[in-house]
Amino acid sequence: MSLTDPNLTESYLAMTRRKRLYGGLILVVFVALMASGFKVADARNAGGFFDGLHRIFDFPAEIFSEAFAKWQNLPSRFIDAVPALIETLNVAAVSTVVGGIGAMGLAVLSTRGLAPWPRLIPVFRRLMDVMRALPEIVTALVLIYLLGGGPVAGMAAITLHCFGALGKLFSEVAENADLKPVEGLQSVGANWFQRIWLGVLPQVAPNWSSYALLRFEINIRASAILGFVGAGGIGYDLKTALQWGQGRYDAVVAIFALLFLTIVAVDTISDKARSRLVRGGKLKEGRL
Amino acid sequence: MKLEFRNVSKIFGEKAAVDDVSFTLEGAGFVGVIGRSGAGKSTLLRMVNRLGDASRGEILAGGTDILRLKGAEKRAWQSRCAMVFQQFNLVPRMDVASNVLHGLLGRRSTLATLFSLWNNEDIARALEILDRLGIAEQAAKRAEALSGGQQQRVAIARALMQDPDIILADEPIASLDPMNAQVVMDALKRIQTEDGRMVIANLHTLDTARRYCDRVIGMRDGRVVFDGRPDQLTTGVAREIYGADASFTEAATSTAIEGLAPDTEYAAALMGD
Repeated sequence: MSLTDPNLTESYLAMTRRKRLYGGLILVVFVALMASGFKVADARNAGGFFDGLHRIFDFPAEIFSEAFAKWQNLPSRFIDAVPALIETLNVAAVSTVVGGIGAMGLAVLSTRGLAPWPRLIPVFRRLMDVMRALPEIVTALVLIYLLGGGPVAGMAAITLHCFGALGKLFSEVAENADLKPVEGLQSVGANWFQRIWLGVLPQVAPNWSSYALLRFEINIRASAILGFVGAGGIGYDLKTALQWGQGRYDAVVAIFALLFLTIVAVDTISDKARSRLVRGGKLKEGRL
Repeated sequence: MKLEFRNVSKIFGEKAAVDDVSFTLEGAGFVGVIGRSGAGKSTLLRMVNRLGDASRGEILAGGTDILRLKGAEKRAWQSRCAMVFQQFNLVPRMDVASNVLHGLLGRRSTLATLFSLWNNEDIARALEILDRLGIAEQAAKRAEALSGGQQQRVAIARALMQDPDIILADEPIASLDPMNAQVVMDALKRIQTEDGRMVIANLHTLDTARRYCDRVIGMRDGRVVFDGRPDQLTTGVAREIYGADASFTEAATSTAIEGLAPDTEYAAALMGD
């Protein structure tokens, strides 16, 4: 065994050494930055990270001990929270459906190869960026200030965010759609809408539904949080119970448990649905 | 049906893909366009169907220049001039009958499409066409579940659903094995003779052109270098069309099954003997 160029081994080994050296240096710099950054942040803190650390579990302990003492109240607290939970779920569902439909339009308008006005693609993309960049809570606060509190403001805020977030994901799926069927439909004289509806939609439908389901989960959390700022639903109940302080902690635990169970349920169901949607027919044939 | 090409050119950047092409097609013939890859065959066919625009010239069909059509008139022309593609271009996740019914889209409104309402006569006709091409039993299957040859017949059925004057076929058998290629070519030939429709097909093998065509147009570098009957297509002419030297033999690229003598030497080499 001899290489045609004996220097080859030597130069490769030198390259490996150089790579290891760089990697080690970067690691040292990274650790140093993290450590110094943490010290700076802790120094600026009002209290102090290590002084307060042992107290972190005091509050949960207080809540749980009270809820445990009043355990016979929990079932009725559960039932009390259900109407608010339904409101929260409703807000999430409506925003996902309306947001999803809007996102379909925005996605097609901003995808190369499908857009009817290719020059306006950057315009629609930036529009989605803006809608995605606006946090739901900010939009909701503005809307509550303008329209008054309630689920409508929360729904509008989540829908707006959904347009941008789902539109971006939908557009990425649509970008990978096969254009041959679209061309086939164009050759028979189908108009733009017919080409998208029959040529693109059947291809992207599984992935689009999967992303919409994922967004539904995220929207449930968002809808619960928006209750804190006055958009109704279970978040509002949670906030009032928390602010009440001692004496209502059993309600806090009931609401948290209900929210947790709902999210686990939706997550499990949508996980199954999504894997069926995306891999569907192929799973039956025994391959991924 | 009369189709007249007048000085048609298509320029991509600096290069002319189709360069000043003029010829006239008349009646219900089977026209083959041959030439090597990049000779402009596909570009020419796509211009007729208006999938691509021409840079210069005009194509007259019954007196109107179809290259100038816009909007609804362009869609009406496309519905009269069907196209069959090398890769079939069906909607893979939809069933076969729906794919055939797509042939009617050029004449249907957006609203009707949205609710996917096909009337019973249309569905019956789609199934008749599938039956004529021998694949009626596949009607309810997804298009992607079919073999290549079957998919191409579905594509031909979609073309027939349009009830077109012209069928353009862009390398219809280039993705198929020789058996399926023959089935598809026979189907196209039957449509041309029985229905009296004009068929223009881009072909890449000479034996197919000789066997099925009434007229052959040879293209090289965007220009028409041969226009005549298939029996005039001698090896010398073929060499000129393909820009090949004397080492070019047809047998090397032929796809005809009966034409090929079993090459025992080659087979032995492959088996490693």
